[in-house]
Amino acid sequence: MTAADTKAAGPPVPVPRVPEKTGISPSGQEADGPRPKKRRKKGELLPYFLILPAILAIAAVYVYPLIKTVIMSFQDLGRAALWGNGETPWVGFEQFTNILGDPDFWAVVGRTVVFMTICVVLTMGIGLLIALMMLKVSTWVRLVLTVALIAAWSMPLMVAASVFRWLSDSDYGLINTLLADLTGDEDRWLGHNWFLDPWQGFGIITLLVVWGAIPFVVITMYAALTQVPKELEEAASLDGATAFGVYRFVTWPVIKPVFTMVATLSVIWDFNVFGQIWLLRGNKPEPEYETLGLYSFSKAFESTSFSQGSAIALITVLMLSGVAVYYLRQLIKTGEVE
Amino acid sequence: MSASTPTNAPAQVLRPDRKRNRLGYNILALVTAGLMAFPVYWLIVSSLRPNHEIRSYDQTLWPSSLTFDNFARAVKQDNFATAIQSSLIVSVTAVVGGMIIATLAALAIGRFRFFGRKALMMVMILVQMLPPTAMLIPIYLQLNALGGIDEYWGLIVVYLVSTLPFATIMIRGFVINIPVELEESAMVDGCTRMGAFRRVIFPLLAPGLAAASIFALVNAWNEYLFAYILINDNSKYTLNVWLMTFTTERGTDYGALMAASTLISIPVVIFFMIIQGKMATGLTSGAVKG
Repeated sequence: MTAADTKAAGPPVPVPRVPEKTGISPSGQEADGPRPKKRRKKGELLPYFLILPAILAIAAVYVYPLIKTVIMSFQDLGRAALWGNGETPWVGFEQFTNILGDPDFWAVVGRTVVFMTICVVLTMGIGLLIALMMLKVSTWVRLVLTVALIAAWSMPLMVAASVFRWLSDSDYGLINTLLADLTGDEDRWLGHNWFLDPWQGFGIITLLVVWGAIPFVVITMYAALTQVPKELEEAASLDGATAFGVYRFVTWPVIKPVFTMVATLSVIWDFNVFGQIWLLRGNKPEPEYETLGLYSFSKAFESTSFSQGSAIALITVLMLSGVAVYYLRQLIKTGEVE
Repeated sequence: MSASTPTNAPAQVLRPDRKRNRLGYNILALVTAGLMAFPVYWLIVSSLRPNHEIRSYDQTLWPSSLTFDNFARAVKQDNFATAIQSSLIVSVTAVVGGMIIATLAALAIGRFRFFGRKALMMVMILVQMLPPTAMLIPIYLQLNALGGIDEYWGLIVVYLVSTLPFATIMIRGFVINIPVELEESAMVDGCTRMGAFRRVIFPLLAPGLAAASIFALVNAWNEYLFAYILINDNSKYTLNVWLMTFTTERGTDYGALMAASTLISIPVVIFFMIIQGKMATGLTSGAVKG
């Protein structure tokens, strides 16, 4: 969950894997490949002792809860069972048929997918443009921009959400003051509540999510762009390629793997966005602000229907598993899992 | 970190039209930098401006005067000291424990080729993608059954394990960059395996460990969802949950909230700046090697 929580969705935990992703070139890995083999005979059991604590920990905090989630979604864990008196009845697929037959659920799914798509497209588009721009600017401007990006990146999610809540405050928020000044329409904008209309509310939330995710995307994409051989670009433009042609046929093929990887991660993080919405809506999001994560959370903790919450969480995991497998295949292709 | 990528700043004579282009891009980049940094600027400015300017219908971009009143109110808010204490206890314990376990696992994955190695790495990558609620519900119920609600140890275990996957993968990246020959020659010279690790590998690994610990520390420091659900006792709130106490039914004390947020962010920003160099090196090392 850290991944998600760190930034993009919290933060998610994205951030930390940067050095991994682009740091080690596949060729470097291959060179290292044969080495561990030599040691095989020396310590057959040693590696297992070394990974034992990690395996136990991951089993306890990730695998066991996941299994428990699956089990609970086939049960009806009401209040009585929760506090330890009474058996928990098995209900088969009842939770799932209830959820899938509930129009609210489909509204939430639609909202989550639309929100995720908009966030990912904006993040990747703006991020790539800024990264391309960074190649064209003077060194000191690039330094200024990098510092600004890192300042934004290092804001804790909780703090960033407080600032955006303050910026969009209906009475004293800067956004309203600026809009009133710019349009001259004070009646329209002073005291305007951005969260009455979910479309406008999600606009502010998207702003926060995209702002928080851009630094990671820019810094990663910029690192990828610096690996594009200058000679190739020069040769292409000498041969008469337009700027777009150079980008399309020389630059893009080189950065494509990194772009795909970051885009896939963004899909996962933005699908799991939780904190930004939760915090901007003051810990109590209205139903029209619920995405899948929040819907599952409110079912579990507000309506104390833990089984329903678990079943929704499980459906979310299944929806995302395709994307996760795709991401994993990309990693294997680039030799990251070697 | 720009300095670490000197490859794209070749000294070349620019034709006038390219120069004009560069000026345009420079201006655009500076505007972008301004927009990205603006929320950070607004956080700091709001924390320093007098309260009557905060509660004003006419917000100004520049404060008329600076004051530390907001900071005074933030520090005097109930449970500030205990919240710092909770955050420190929980994140430091979790990070220290996490790093020990992650280093062991990273050594195994980076140095040995054993059955299940790839599977372990894949599991570590996949678990990071689980939605938070999928974990939150069962963990809450389990801790509830074990009496771990309102206890630091429950939160510590959760943070410790949630730092494990990325810390392991990250440290492994540093491990495979240390030549095995170094370790082997130390053992030839009479070191035990443990001695070789302590005298040769560990010093080389230390910068990587520092970077991984800071990432883990920042993540634990910033986490609020599990902290909010697993700790209900306000004298045990972590700093992030404590921030929520500035919002009451009567509204939010934005001045104090911004001041408190600034205080909480300072350590994170400092740590981030420290590891940024390391991250940039990691990012560009591929270029050097290739």
